[in-house]
Amino acid sequence: MDDFILRALLGGLAVALVAGPLGSFMVWRRMAYFGDTLAHSALLGVALGFIIGISVNLTVIVLCVSLAMLLVVLQRQRRLASDTLLGILAHSALSLGLVAISFLEGVRIDLMAYLFGDILAVSWNDLWWIFAGGLVALMLLLVLWRPLLAVTVHEDLARVEGVRVSLVSIGFMLLIALVIAVAMKVVGILLITSLMIIPAAAARRLSSTPEQMALLAAVIGSLAVAGGVWGSLEWDTPTGPSIVVAAAVLFAVIFALPGMGALKRVVARR
Amino acid sequence: MFEFLKKPQPTDGLQGRLLEARGIGLELSGRRILRDVDMTVEPGRITTIIGPNGAGKTTLLRILLGLQAPTEGRLLRRPGLRIGYMPQRIVVDEVMPITVQRFLALGGRAPRDELRRVLGEVGVSHLLEQPVQSVSGGEMQRILLARALLRRPHLLALDEPAQGVDVSGQGEVFQLIAALRDRYGCGVVMVSHELHLVMEAADSVVCLNQHVCCTGRPEAVSQDPAYLRLFGHSIPPGVAVYTHHHDHRHDLHGDVVKDVAPDREEC
Repeated sequence: MDDFILRALLGGLAVALVAGPLGSFMVWRRMAYFGDTLAHSALLGVALGFIIGISVNLTVIVLCVSLAMLLVVLQRQRRLASDTLLGILAHSALSLGLVAISFLEGVRIDLMAYLFGDILAVSWNDLWWIFAGGLVALMLLLVLWRPLLAVTVHEDLARVEGVRVSLVSIGFMLLIALVIAVAMKVVGILLITSLMIIPAAAARRLSSTPEQMALLAAVIGSLAVAGGVWGSLEWDTPTGPSIVVAAAVLFAVIFALPGMGALKRVVARR
Repeated sequence: MFEFLKKPQPTDGLQGRLLEARGIGLELSGRRILRDVDMTVEPGRITTIIGPNGAGKTTLLRILLGLQAPTEGRLLRRPGLRIGYMPQRIVVDEVMPITVQRFLALGGRAPRDELRRVLGEVGVSHLLEQPVQSVSGGEMQRILLARALLRRPHLLALDEPAQGVDVSGQGEVFQLIAALRDRYGCGVVMVSHELHLVMEAADSVVCLNQHVCCTGRPEAVSQDPAYLRLFGHSIPPGVAVYTHHHDHRHDLHGDVVKDVAPDREEC
């Protein structure tokens, strides 16, 4: 196998393993559009990184977290609905990012790579970043798992039982920001959310506990990465979008499968 | 969202009580919800908050639990107080695959035998492996009670525990609560509008209509003029209370009180 294919697969699988469990939470908490908005703002983070001259990954994380906080504050007012606010912020942040990049002189940025991912160009350097970031994200998720689940099922109940709801919510936003920064190189900021949402949504039908759903989402995401990379080499298609198409196909197949009751019982027995 | 940065509540002068509210008031966007509420919750005793619709019962409970900050007054809470809470109604979204077993464990880790035993105590041990979404409203109430008990609480806080249970089952619910109080030795604070059944199970009753109209032992409260004005003399038990539609102007016995805020005497 060629070196670049190996790197692409390793990077993609690492991202899928983190995106599955985190995506499950986004599905449970109805935060798909929220994640999308943060991802859109990542381009502004990229521009900032180039302007200041520091690691793009870092500025992306900082910008995503700041935007998440801004959203929390804005959602306190009642005059505009949440989805309106998200729409405004998502597209303003993306456009701001594009405008900011156009001002950068002497720097050539491969815009398509940031928007739709360039997994075949992942370097060993990128790969270390993906592994490290992914590992931190997984560990954070492990620590947050039970309190976050409790808050997701019923916030008041969790609060009375002693869960520090604000701390957990901030931790969750940090996680989303981190995963966006990690996954950017693989599927691009416009498609990141799909790698979190689609595998998790597909896993729902096969699961009877939250943990099953999270693990299955990671597995389905990995299959999508493998299928997408293979398809893009076979038919010379763009890799990021091919991964998302593969995920969508898996989702459709799982939903169309008849007689899922039997399979669900098999999975549940494990 | 930064409430974890706030200073802990003062706890002086509790004298062995679990909770004490001193002069609690709440006003939300110009609307008065509660005023000047004093009440205590004692260990090993059942304290019941009763009152008409819109009296602020649930809000008061939420304040006692620290889920809502009051705009006036102080809430004292015994340090390290462990609370088991049963909210009014829970609907777990279908998108979350979760069994009763997993749901119970969210309140704190417990071995499977323990889960089954506590579910048995509230009479629904057969539900352990069911998806939470498949159980009925009454069963869900019992599951919530089990989750509260699993925490070995010092205080059980119940919001309308008999809601969604048919009239014949309601007496049973209150008997169960009294029995659990005896077994676990915990204090109980609950909100209810099922007057007669509640009166039997309570050690102490707080009659609320935005402020405390009267309070004390159930026998005393049920003879209190303020209580009788609020609920009438010989009303049938249960839902009949709903037909009164009080508001805080206390106009139900004919006198139309002018649009002034209520006070203690006017109950």
